[in-house]
Amino acid sequence: MIELTEKTLDPDGITNKVRRDTNGAVVTFLGTTRDNFEGKTVVTLEYEAFDEMAVKKLEEVRQELIGEFGLEQIAISHRIGTVGIGEISLVIAVGSPHRKEAFNACHKAVDRIKEVVPIWKKEVYQDGSRWVACEDHEFSPSDQTSTGTHAN
Amino acid sequence: MELNVRLFALYRERAGGSMLSITIPDKATVADLTNEVRRRWPNLAPPEVEIVVAVNTDYADSAVVLQPGDDVCLIPPVSGG
Repeated sequence: MIELTEKTLDPDGITNKVRRDTNGAVVTFLGTTRDNFEGKTVVTLEYEAFDEMAVKKLEEVRQELIGEFGLEQIAISHRIGTVGIGEISLVIAVGSPHRKEAFNACHKAVDRIKEVVPIWKKEVYQDGSRWVACEDHEFSPSDQTSTGTHAN
Repeated sequence: MELNVRLFALYRERAGGSMLSITIPDKATVADLTNEVRRRWPNLAPPEVEIVVAVNTDYADSAVVLQPGDDVCLIPPVSGG
């Protein structure tokens, strides 16, 4: 029910994993890659993951939601590697006896994934790139920084 | 003890490699580790932001005591989805 893959995601297949005759609702969320950021054209996206921990945290999120919403069926697949514009980078499918829990669990799943799962997204532009959500890591002119320091 | 610290994404690029080899005292904490990382690689993160650390694939707070052989990774702000 948890998958990290460099392959194209199949929303129908992932959705079918959570379908049961006991469920009256299935909510599937697709995260898709956007072609712009603050007026700049995004050419492609690069996703990187700390694989072992990402799979573990995705499963923890899944278990957390199962507990909170009383669900049994949640499937989460996240794409990594190079993802073209307009492609699907994330699929979350939730099956539930009733729609309210399915919507709420799906919404919370996206929020939790963005908070705790060690996956990183880089937007590549014609003239540069940016690691998303790392704005707080920009050095300000007042910071004492050194340049040219490299890993050993 | 010597630890190999894995880097990802922004930190990997800023360090110019995916591993830092770092020497810290026995019974050093995560805070000791990040202090040493900041001292030796000041270009990884500005002083005012926290460097998040994962030990053995779980987030570890600053008081956690490190053991030889721990899998230690520095986790820049995540952005999945």
